[in-house]
Amino acid sequence: MSAHSTTRLTPAQMAWRAAQDIADGAYVNLGIGLPEMVARFQPPGREVIFHTENGILGFGEAPPPGEEDWDLINAGKKAVTLKPGTAFFHHADSFAMVRGGHLDVAILGAFQVSESGDLANWSTGPKGVPAVGGAMDLVHGAKQVAVITDHTTKDGKPKLLEACTLPLTGVACVTRVYTNLAVVDIEGGRFVLREKLPALSMDELQSLTGATLHVMGAVADLNAPEV
Amino acid sequence: MDKTLPDLATAVAGIEDGMSVMIGGFGGSGAPVELIHALIDRFRATGHPKGLTVVNNNAGNGHVGLAALIETGMVAKLICSFPRSSDPVVFTEMYRAGKIELELVPQGTLAERIRAGGAGIPAFYTPSSFGTDLAEGKPVAEFDGRSYVQERWLKADYALVKAYKGDKLGNLIYRMAGRNFGPLMCTAAATTIVQVSQIVEPGALDPEAVVTPGIFVQGVVEVANPAQEEALIRAKAVYPEVAQ
Repeated sequence: MSAHSTTRLTPAQMAWRAAQDIADGAYVNLGIGLPEMVARFQPPGREVIFHTENGILGFGEAPPPGEEDWDLINAGKKAVTLKPGTAFFHHADSFAMVRGGHLDVAILGAFQVSESGDLANWSTGPKGVPAVGGAMDLVHGAKQVAVITDHTTKDGKPKLLEACTLPLTGVACVTRVYTNLAVVDIEGGRFVLREKLPALSMDELQSLTGATLHVMGAVADLNAPEV
Repeated sequence: MDKTLPDLATAVAGIEDGMSVMIGGFGGSGAPVELIHALIDRFRATGHPKGLTVVNNNAGNGHVGLAALIETGMVAKLICSFPRSSDPVVFTEMYRAGKIELELVPQGTLAERIRAGGAGIPAFYTPSSFGTDLAEGKPVAEFDGRSYVQERWLKADYALVKAYKGDKLGNLIYRMAGRNFGPLMCTAAATTIVQVSQIVEPGALDPEAVVTPGIFVQGVVEVANPAQEEALIRAKAVYPEVAQ
């Protein structure tokens, strides 16, 4: 079966896969967009506390429409809810949590990731209005910085590259990449393949990747349930 | 001592042409919509203040609050981290037309620059932005084997902040994530003006719960039922309302 057919994981399945790696008791920041979906797939029995840059730790999911409190939003400006144990704090404390090494995991989106762990996710070039938000802070300080992204761009170009061509968000900061085709670690300046879709050959996956995929030990099947 | 101000017009009367103004809020939460609109009213009546440098996390949304302030042409420069929103048309058009200058700052760096400004720390080093375009021209140093970028403090002539309750001495508590940049901005401005839903007598706030001590606040003005920017945007509100 070709990688160009329907075998790729859906965004929800990518989020599900990333959620499986978050340990019980972790403090986690999820980037705006696709990474936010990870919160929906927390495995039962694990307690994870989510951080949002705008000053909330331990918030709950979105309220029903009409019950929003617009003082209670996440970094994506979406309404969230209180949970027992929620804490509020100002922005300097919030980014002390980020840069100070207190978060266990940060999961971000990406335009490009390089084999040395460089991330480009804030600017597609000089056109348009530049906006960075908290991304440049989040890539520093969390014990693990992971990325969720399609393996290729909409027009089929690799997003995992030897070097990013778009403006960088951070240098040598990403340690794991979850794509719709594979799970790849970044170790010692190399992409190390950990999991791939079982229907996809190594050659096919390599042809969709802009840098060498190294294999160290077994490559597991990337399987996700229908979610 | 009583820092109560009689009305919104008085609260913003001291802001002059060319001043720097920190405005609290993250998106709509904590946005001091009524103070901003009072500043717009003054500009429409007198032509002043203009040429302002505004510090905020964002660049406004729709046609109310900060977006409306930018739309009047009063703002020459914006220092922010994320000039996008669900309806960013006002800033986007002004920026593309070259009518407003943008200084883009990573969000944590923006917060820490303001904190440093209020704390008397002229510069600090952060890992954020190292090796990126936003570190261009800034000193870099290595500490314990990692590279860091030097950033300067950020101070302002005025801060306009929204809190939940304040007493007459300027002690403040906030409401949920409306807190965001407010406590930092209160410390970093020469004059801090805060709108609160209720002004209470000294002693009515639990000292253990005070977030901003009154020493950082010069004036408090009561706005009993403040507008939520997000609700105004969903109602497609425009400020000032166009006369029919």
